[in-house]
Amino acid sequence: MEIFEIVQPGAYTTVQDRGRFGYQQFGVPTCGAVDAFSYRVANALVGNFQGQAALEVTVLGPTLKVLHQGLIAVTGGDLGPLLNDNPLPMWKSVAIEPGDTIRFKGVKSGCRSYISVSGGIDVPAVMGSRSTYVAGKIGGINGRPLTTGDRLKKGEGTGKAGVGVPADLIPTYPREVEVRVILGPQDDYFSEGIKHFLAFPFKVSTKADRMGYRLEGDPIKHKEGVEKSIISEPSVPGGIQVPPDGQPIILLVEQTVGGYTKIATVISPDIGKVGQAKTGDLIRFQQVDIEEAHRILKRKEETFESILKAITQ
Amino acid sequence: MHERPRFLLAGDRGLLVEFGAVIDPEINQKVRQIFLSIEKTPIEGVTEVIPTYRSILIFYDPFITNSEKIEKKILERQGKLADRDIPSPETIEIPVAYGEEFGPDLEFVAHHNGLTPEEVIEIHTSASYLIYMLGFTPGFPFLGGLSERLFTPRLENPRHLVPAGSVGIANNQTGVYSIDSPGGWRLIGRTPAKLYDPKRSPPILLKAGNQLRFKSISKKQFQEIAESNGDS
Repeated sequence: MEIFEIVQPGAYTTVQDRGRFGYQQFGVPTCGAVDAFSYRVANALVGNFQGQAALEVTVLGPTLKVLHQGLIAVTGGDLGPLLNDNPLPMWKSVAIEPGDTIRFKGVKSGCRSYISVSGGIDVPAVMGSRSTYVAGKIGGINGRPLTTGDRLKKGEGTGKAGVGVPADLIPTYPREVEVRVILGPQDDYFSEGIKHFLAFPFKVSTKADRMGYRLEGDPIKHKEGVEKSIISEPSVPGGIQVPPDGQPIILLVEQTVGGYTKIATVISPDIGKVGQAKTGDLIRFQQVDIEEAHRILKRKEETFESILKAITQ
Repeated sequence: MHERPRFLLAGDRGLLVEFGAVIDPEINQKVRQIFLSIEKTPIEGVTEVIPTYRSILIFYDPFITNSEKIEKKILERQGKLADRDIPSPETIEIPVAYGEEFGPDLEFVAHHNGLTPEEVIEIHTSASYLIYMLGFTPGFPFLGGLSERLFTPRLENPRHLVPAGSVGIANNQTGVYSIDSPGGWRLIGRTPAKLYDPKRSPPILLKAGNQLRFKSISKKQFQEIAESNGDS
C-alpha cells in the first residue's frame, strides 16, 4: 500500500537498507545506510526485521504527505522533524494518519536522518538489496534520489506507537568528532605524515557525499621519494586516501576502487560518526589496534542489543 | 613476486593479501588461484573476496573470525595449491564497431603512433587481454596486454559523457566503459554488448581472471546486436 507522497524531496533523500553484498568483485559497491546504527535502531523501533528498507535523509529533509495509516520512527542526526508543524519526537515510534505531513525545519545536529516505516519501504530488490546506487542506476526508485511526486509503498508491518530508546543510549553528534582508525593498508608510505595525521583536526569540505568525504587541513606528507599512487585496488568503506596534494579523502559506501595510498581505515563502528559530520565540522583521528577495534565493535553491538531489549519489553 | 604474501589490514573487517608489487600475469595467477579456492571452499567467517591486479581483498565478519585466523588459513591453502588446480581461463569475445561516431579518437590514436586506423584495429583485435579486475564502475574491466604500439595519453580535458560500451585507450591501458559516465580515455570504438545490465542474470558480463578479445564488426552488425538487446 502507498504510504508517502514526496511533496518536496529535500537535499538528497534515498531509499537504503543494510547494503548490497556479494557483488564487490564485479565493481558494485555495497551502498546501504551510511550510519548503520541509526538505521538499524529506526527499523527496530517500528517492529521491522533487520534489513528492511528505510529513507536516508541528508541535511535538508523532505516533505512527505502521508497516504495511509502507519508507524514511523526518525533516528540519526536531528534535522528538525515536524509532524503537522509539531515537533516529531525522534528515537521513538510514532503513529501517522492519512493527510498528515512530515517535514524538516533544519539541521540541529548531525547530517543524516533515517525514517523507518513499519513494514519497510517496499521497492523491488535488485541484486539482493533495495539500496539506491545512483551511478549504477539501481535500487530505490529507478536507482535515483527521490523526487517530487514519487509515491512510496510499504509492506505489512507490526509494531506499536510510543516505543522509545532510553535517553542514555541515544548518540549525540558534536561538530567536532573523534574517529578511531586502524593504520594501513599503505601506512608504510608515510612516516612523519602519520604523526601529523593523528595530531591535527581536518575539516569536512563541501565535497562530502556517500562516495567519500574530502577533508581539508594541513597537508599530510608522504615519505620522501615514494610513489604517491599505487596499483588500483579495491577500497573498503572508511579507507582514508591521501592523494598527492595531502588532503585526505575518507571513502564511504559507493566506491569500489582507488589508486591512491591509504594511510588508515576508519573502524566500522565509527563510520556512522563520519556520516553524521557535515561541511565545516572537524574530524580528529585516533589510532587503535585491531583488537581494540573489535572490542569497540562488540560494545556497540551490545548497546544495540540493550536498545532492542528495552524496545521489546 | 613476494616470497610470502603480505597481509595488510584494511580496517576491522578487511584483510588485503598482497602477492607482489607489480602488474604481472604470473602474480595475478596466484591471486586467481587463491580466489578460486576460497570461492570453491569458503573460509569460515569470510563474507566476500575481491581479486585485484596483485592482491585479494578479504571481507570478514569479526563476530566469527579475525585476521590472524584468516592469515593462517590462506598460508595453509597456498602451500597445498598447485598450478594444475587452476582451471584454464575462459575467453570472451567483445564485438566492437571501430571509428567514426563510435570511435572519435581512432584517427588520433593512429596518428599518435604513426599507424593507419586499419592498423590500430588490427593490433587491438589481435591481442588477448587478461581481465585483472573489475571495478571503478560496475563491470568495468581493468585489462592487461595492450600492445605498446597503441599507447596513447588520455585526453587533456575529459568528456562530460562517454556512452556505455565505449572502448578506449589511456596510456598503457585499454578498457570498456560499462555505464554512461564522464571520462578521459581516447575512444576508438564501441561495443553493443552490455558489460552491466542489472536486469540480466548475471548482471555483470565479465569475470576477473578470464581473457577478453575484441572483434571488429560493422556499423550494421552493431545496430543488429543493439536491437536484439532491446536497445534501439
